[in-house]
Amino acid sequence: MYLIDQHTKGIMEECKSRARDAGLKFDKESLEYIVTNRDLIELSPRLMIPTLYDYWVNDVEVLKGKGIYKLYPNNPYETVINSRPAISYYNDNNPDWLNIMIFYHVIAHIDFFQNNIFFKHTWNDDFVGQALADKRLIDSLRSEYGRWVDYVIEFSRCIDNLVGYYDLLSESKLQFNMQTSEKVEFYFGEFLQEINKVPEMLIFKDIERYNDLILEQGSLGETSFFAEVKLKYPEFQAKFEKYLEKPKPKNNDLMEFIIENSSFLRKESNRWMISVINIIRNTALYFSPQSRTKIINEGWASYWHDELFRKDDRIKGHEVDYAIINAGVTSLSRVGLNPYAIGLRLIQYVEDLAEKGKLDFNFQKINQYEIIENYNKNTHKGKEAIFELRSNFSDFMLLNTFITQEFVNLHDLFVVGQRINEEHGTIEYYIKSRKSQDYKSMLLDKLQHPPKIFIDNKRTNEKNLYLVHQFEGKQLIKDYISDTMIGIEFLWGDQVQLETTEIYQIPPRSEDEEPKYENRRVLYTMKNKKIKKEFI
Amino acid sequence: MDFKKKIITDLYEINDSDVLPGYYKPKKTYITGLQTLDELLEKDKKREEDGFPRRIRLGRIVKRKGAKDNQVIIVPTTTEPKFEHDDSISQEQEDQTGGSGEGEEGEILGERPLEQESGSGAGPGQGDESEHEVGTNAFDLGKVLTEKFNLPNLKDKGKKRSLTKFTYDLTDRHRGFGQVIDKKGTLEQVIKTNIILGNVREEDEIDTEELIITPQDQVYRILSKEKDYENQAVVFFLRDYSGSMQGKPTEVICTQHLFIYSWLMYQYQNNVIPRFILHDSKAKEVPDFYTYYSSQVAGGTNIYPAYELVNQIVEMEHLTADYNIYVFHGTDGDDWDEDGRQMISETSKMLSYVNRIGITVAKNSWGLGGLSAVEKYLQRSNLLKERSDLIKMDVMPAETSDEKRIIEGIKILIS
Repeated sequence: MYLIDQHTKGIMEECKSRARDAGLKFDKESLEYIVTNRDLIELSPRLMIPTLYDYWVNDVEVLKGKGIYKLYPNNPYETVINSRPAISYYNDNNPDWLNIMIFYHVIAHIDFFQNNIFFKHTWNDDFVGQALADKRLIDSLRSEYGRWVDYVIEFSRCIDNLVGYYDLLSESKLQFNMQTSEKVEFYFGEFLQEINKVPEMLIFKDIERYNDLILEQGSLGETSFFAEVKLKYPEFQAKFEKYLEKPKPKNNDLMEFIIENSSFLRKESNRWMISVINIIRNTALYFSPQSRTKIINEGWASYWHDELFRKDDRIKGHEVDYAIINAGVTSLSRVGLNPYAIGLRLIQYVEDLAEKGKLDFNFQKINQYEIIENYNKNTHKGKEAIFELRSNFSDFMLLNTFITQEFVNLHDLFVVGQRINEEHGTIEYYIKSRKSQDYKSMLLDKLQHPPKIFIDNKRTNEKNLYLVHQFEGKQLIKDYISDTMIGIEFLWGDQVQLETTEIYQIPPRSEDEEPKYENRRVLYTMKNKKIKKEFI
Repeated sequence: MDFKKKIITDLYEINDSDVLPGYYKPKKTYITGLQTLDELLEKDKKREEDGFPRRIRLGRIVKRKGAKDNQVIIVPTTTEPKFEHDDSISQEQEDQTGGSGEGEEGEILGERPLEQESGSGAGPGQGDESEHEVGTNAFDLGKVLTEKFNLPNLKDKGKKRSLTKFTYDLTDRHRGFGQVIDKKGTLEQVIKTNIILGNVREEDEIDTEELIITPQDQVYRILSKEKDYENQAVVFFLRDYSGSMQGKPTEVICTQHLFIYSWLMYQYQNNVIPRFILHDSKAKEVPDFYTYYSSQVAGGTNIYPAYELVNQIVEMEHLTADYNIYVFHGTDGDDWDEDGRQMISETSKMLSYVNRIGITVAKNSWGLGGLSAVEKYLQRSNLLKERSDLIKMDVMPAETSDEKRIIEGIKILIS
């Protein structure tokens, strides 16, 4: 692994300055490396982070000789990584014009990493340095605890998709004085609503009284508020103290909950495990935004490599070469999905909407077709709008907001269905729908979405961890449930239960009948590495 | 539209390095592989001592058509269990993706053969990930091979009964010395040694002058005593591949039949001719184990056509004269022909010549309560009791049957 030569670095710096002129914002420094196969043995299982910790699963995967991004379907692999400075990897011997195109693409990715709000928690540290420190810690723990370190890594990774990524995001946005105290939350939430079942009207009145006091007295307001509560509900203080003693999830973050509440981890001899779990958790949080911004990030990079490359005078004579490669990257397939193509077109679409003033509220009030069709205010605000988009949108928001019938018609998009043709003995692909709702829901369904698994406060205590899976139309992969729960049981130190929904097929009784399905709520109990399943 | 090409339906499948030239593209490498497989397996064994399930599975991959049946490749695989959404089962059956271009709703864009591997699906009955091979994952496939089951009721038939005849041939290989040098074997050995030494790298051309050759790498053939095998048995594999078999039942049956097949090929080598029959509501013979293992369809279920087909084949080819005949059938117990009248009559016919019928019923979770159609009519017919030396049935729940249970099943079928 070595840095690109001075000539190529010169090209990169020139690209950077042109990109800056176009409005992209990114750190001054970046690192570009040429890598060989040998480097890959080190890099590939580590999500291209050169300093990530060692783990045996990586070795197995290398042995299997699989393509690297297949290793961690949850963490799509980028050839440019979100580090400080940003690092990107290249083949040796690219021609200059090709480097210009790739560099623009990379620069747009870097701009995205460093400005999109979903990456906010990655802005302050250099992950490569952090990972190196973590790796050294894990190495030193390994020399002391041997393979038990790997068990802790393994079991932590079992649940590394159940981290409170969105909680972390929302915390970082909340202003300090907006956060109410735990006492206030408990009073208005559980105490009034669940314990005393106070009618809503009275709760609203109480909230009003609270708000008034805070306005009048500032930070003292809370004290005087609770002085009155004490008169009305003498038992409140006792109830609140009891509530404080009970373990409860701050966020919907199983890893964090286990770190804070597991009696097993609290034992002096097991405390080292907490640092390992924290490393896995931080790594997962670090990579969380990647999979949530795949389409918009690739669309953004494709938009800019095209925009900047075509205006670059250094590429004269290679226009056709470029066109071929660019078409390969960003053309829509007849059948199949291409995140580059969809992302690029959505960004161009938003730019166009803004340019014509169609993102404006006044426009949205119009309901006459002819006016809508020919509406064009020439606002020159297209670029501004897409920069807003890159700062504040994720894949879900982009698709959910801008996949409209107009967009679907514009690019002739449709949903492809598959059905069996018994006469031909084939599977047919056919145009199933050209409706934007169908296209949108098909795309949204393809987005990565970890299951929502909550910790049930009421049924969780020192002896039992009770998890509830919120069913969203898909069951959990059954084969993984037992092994995942063995891992959770290990970290928790006692019985673990999981409530989830499974889909059962009722077999058809005759040839004409379609198979039917029913959903059944089930409870898995893991105790002493033995799993039990019952219907509830 | 070319539907042989893989259709990309996963948004996360393609990345910069796949579509943009010039980016560094990872390639396969085999250097590490040679050094650490044993270490990894050694570590994996320790997991059992610690009370955790083993995680590294050894996939045994049987070469597809054309290649010798005994050729196997072993690759380690592992999965990281997590709570994840299962996309394979949902109320809405149809698999959707996106598309673009002209055409009315309802227009057909193209088609692909039904029984082709479905691309990403890696399980049995769904095609295998690697296109040219068929494999299964098992922790201890070796155990099946070394357990030394025996085909029951093996009789001398016709002229071909020379199980214990010996010939002398230059078949054994020996490193270091021998009668005739085996050029291919020697070359393989030389390359292996030099990969370990680091003289052969994937990215470079092989420079033959740099290769180091030790006497130990020279492979010779030496004269040795060999059993002279001849065909003695025909084994019919029957598999229900109807809609209700999808998922676990298919996995169980395919794994069991792969075990039986591997064991037969290993222990009896060319002494056994395998035949493969798939059925839903109709039955058909397929040419090789690969097709047998990886085909899927979503039809209804009638069992008797498969038995009828076996009877026809046996009669047409006069197999009874020269061969011992074995039939292994895997099903989930579902049969539209509920009273099994035709099925019983075909079975009775079969029992007149067969050495053993082994039926495995891998039951779906919804059927666990009562008896399935197959169980009912077989018991009613009393064949299981009257002809217990010739027909055996083993019933297991598909959902919870692990390898151990599947191997146990083989023992029952051939006891």
